[in-house]
Amino acid sequence: MRSPVRLERRLTQPRWLNSAIPVFSLMGALVVGAVVLLATGKNPLDVYWRILDRGFLSQRAVTGTLRTATPLAFTGMCAAAAFRLGVINIGGEGQLYIGAVGAALVGLWIGGSAPVGITIIVMVLAGMLFGAMYASIVGVLRSQFNTNEIITSLMMNYVAGIVLNYLIFNSRSYWRDPRSVGFPSGKPLEKRTFWPTYEVFSTSVSFGFLLAIAAAIVLWVVYKRSRLGFEIGIIADSPRAARYVGIRTKWTIVAVTAMSGALAGLGGTSQVGDFAHYLDAKGLQLNNFGYTGIVVAALARLNPLGAILVAVLMGGLTNAGYSLQGPDFPSGLVGTLQGLILFTAVAGEILTKYRLRSNRNAVKAVAV
Amino acid sequence: MTNSAVRMTGVVKRFPGVIANDGVNFEVLKGEVHALLGENGAGKSTLSNILTGLYRPDEGSIDLDGTPVSFSSPKAALDAGIGMVHQHFRLVEPFTVAENVILGNPQTAFVIDTDSTVERVADLARRYDMAVDPNAKIWQLSVGEQQRVEILKVLYRGAGVLILDEPTAVLTPIEAEALFKTLRAMTAEGRTVIFISHKLDEVMSVSDRITVLRGGRTVGTVATRDTSTRELAGMMVGRSVEFSRATRRNPGDPGDVVLSLTDVSCEDDRGREALHGIDVTIGRGEIVGVAGVAGNGQRELAEVIAGMRTFTSGRILVGDKPLANGRARSAIADGVAHVPEDRLHTGLAAGHSVEDNIALKNYRTPLLSRFGMLKRNVITSQACDLVTRYDVKTPDTATPVRLLSGGNVQKVLLAREFSTKPKVLIAASPTRGLDVGAIETVRQRLVEAADDGVGILLICEDLEEIMSLADRIVVMYEGRLVADMPAVGATREQLGLLMGGATPETSQ
Repeated sequence: MRSPVRLERRLTQPRWLNSAIPVFSLMGALVVGAVVLLATGKNPLDVYWRILDRGFLSQRAVTGTLRTATPLAFTGMCAAAAFRLGVINIGGEGQLYIGAVGAALVGLWIGGSAPVGITIIVMVLAGMLFGAMYASIVGVLRSQFNTNEIITSLMMNYVAGIVLNYLIFNSRSYWRDPRSVGFPSGKPLEKRTFWPTYEVFSTSVSFGFLLAIAAAIVLWVVYKRSRLGFEIGIIADSPRAARYVGIRTKWTIVAVTAMSGALAGLGGTSQVGDFAHYLDAKGLQLNNFGYTGIVVAALARLNPLGAILVAVLMGGLTNAGYSLQGPDFPSGLVGTLQGLILFTAVAGEILTKYRLRSNRNAVKAVAV
Repeated sequence: MTNSAVRMTGVVKRFPGVIANDGVNFEVLKGEVHALLGENGAGKSTLSNILTGLYRPDEGSIDLDGTPVSFSSPKAALDAGIGMVHQHFRLVEPFTVAENVILGNPQTAFVIDTDSTVERVADLARRYDMAVDPNAKIWQLSVGEQQRVEILKVLYRGAGVLILDEPTAVLTPIEAEALFKTLRAMTAEGRTVIFISHKLDEVMSVSDRITVLRGGRTVGTVATRDTSTRELAGMMVGRSVEFSRATRRNPGDPGDVVLSLTDVSCEDDRGREALHGIDVTIGRGEIVGVAGVAGNGQRELAEVIAGMRTFTSGRILVGDKPLANGRARSAIADGVAHVPEDRLHTGLAAGHSVEDNIALKNYRTPLLSRFGMLKRNVITSQACDLVTRYDVKTPDTATPVRLLSGGNVQKVLLAREFSTKPKVLIAASPTRGLDVGAIETVRQRLVEAADDGVGILLICEDLEEIMSLADRIVVMYEGRLVADMPAVGATREQLGLLMGGATPETSQ
């Protein structure tokens, strides 16, 4: 049986498609979602309005949305950075944990004595360094031994989770609060080291979110304008051409994986500095920031600035989902709506690279 | 004739822009080893693909044992008793020999009786003197043993006609000798073997009769005992001398050496020695042609000089500066330009724009980047300039090169390579696959570069091209340079003999 339509690769990708397709995808999701909502006896317009309101419009909503979006923006950029080179680093989850460990270490260590500005800068650097070091294990294994990075980076997520649990629950480590006897928890940072928030139109914007925007701009410039970005593009397009002009492919793989890990590490750092203010072993593992980051990267088409936008969208949907949920609105229905939106976005993605063609003419051509 | 096993008459096969087979007549008798001889591109592979049902001929007929046949698929040909042993093996590595032999065989029952299969495969191997353990896994076997498995597969299906595509290309001389014994054992039982090759000596030693193809046509069929390597070489490359030598503004100066290789050896991707002690020099403005059948070390030679492959011994000098071993960047900086055989995926990054590809070799220079950041406007203007000068047909410099035609792709590559002001240019099959106009342009550019003093190493299978462009010709055979002679006075016959592995003595 032949299907009546087939996909044909587009030779060129018109620019307008890049904005038109996501819009149509979203509309498609809303239409299908409306059917589901009508079937369960809800008023779709009412529900959609509530999602919009609770996720993106009301004043308190935006604050919450940005808060949820911050770690996703970092892990999204982490995945995007590595994927651009063709290195499938799905270890953003673990790299985020380890970044948080590094940031908490510095915060606890010098937070009481050093000037606040220095403390924050050193926390940021430590978080990046820890994430980068942890990720570069994956990069070295891939470049030196041709190990499959999907497997190693996934495995290292579990290792990082175990490290977190060990530091807080199973040992009397530097990170654990010695006063927490019954229920172990992380040692709190000094209040003066808490990262600042800024009020913009009565919405609080965390320092971490601004950091994410800055990182996205830097990353974008690296890809568009730098020599490293050029080399990354060549390696991803044609490894043989890279070898032909003498690009150090192995070195680049390690450097990019480290960069990718540093971004995830920043996500963990921001969780410590902005919100938790201690090494929250449980909270970090609860939300699957790293794995959601992969979805963010895919939806943003590996564009770092896009990752910020997608992270905000996902953050809003998540928060709106929480507030919709209730006795008359089961969480399964919330999941269905979120899933539909993601599904159509990914499905629409394929249409930017391929076009649909009717198979009727093709059959004739074969028969000749 | 009554004892004809295969007869192909007037076979024509056209591909877009190429006639691969142009009225080929080919007859193989029962119980003989029949060699199919010809240069790369002579139409051997197309002919065997037609015989095994992979392609359908546009014209012509095939008779098998005197009855006309038409194969719709490789399976149909196999069912009719024609089996092919490909040059690149089609084996499942983690499976055993016996499992591979029965794989895809319609007679295999749903439940496999391992013991009896192993027994039958072992019997078959013994009968034809092929040492291979039916229980061994494929990945544990040497290349020669894997080839035996491929032959067993075909025999197990009961093929009466076996086609072997350049079977000795992957074998050591001892393994090749063992293969020849096996082939004779098979023909003694009345099976027929078609042996595709371009090596004259082995064709002479293994076959009963030989058919020579050239340019998609049959040159003739001869009995092996009535012919000589000399005659075969002549048939293979043709006797025509109607080519015009390119006119040179400035003749080269062989005394002013721009590239010299002394005793250079290297390994191929699989770790076997691919170059054995190469000695060659190129003078300023000299074009040295490297003749040879593909796969005799030409690619490795180009890569070693371009710094893409490390050499295991010897010395390379560019001008009087030693070349850093295996460092493409320093080779580029030292003035080695390289037009690789695989233009679109090695010489260029096909998904990238024309301007990015033109900047591919000098993007690190201060002209195009500073503090690690690229000067995009200079990259664009550099590309616009070269696109105009080299007459590249492209909508703009932001167009990906994969959308350009073959001739324009090669123009982009040449424009970039010449713009680096090289001392030496390695050009591998620079006109392959181009249309007539583009071929003329590319040749013209090469001659102009030589006139400007660039030393050119022209690696090419097309003798015509080498004889019309080169000042000197060297011949490569199995990783060695077997001859070095002035182009004026060299004959196609002589080169054909050397390319086919005849020793220089026999060619005198």
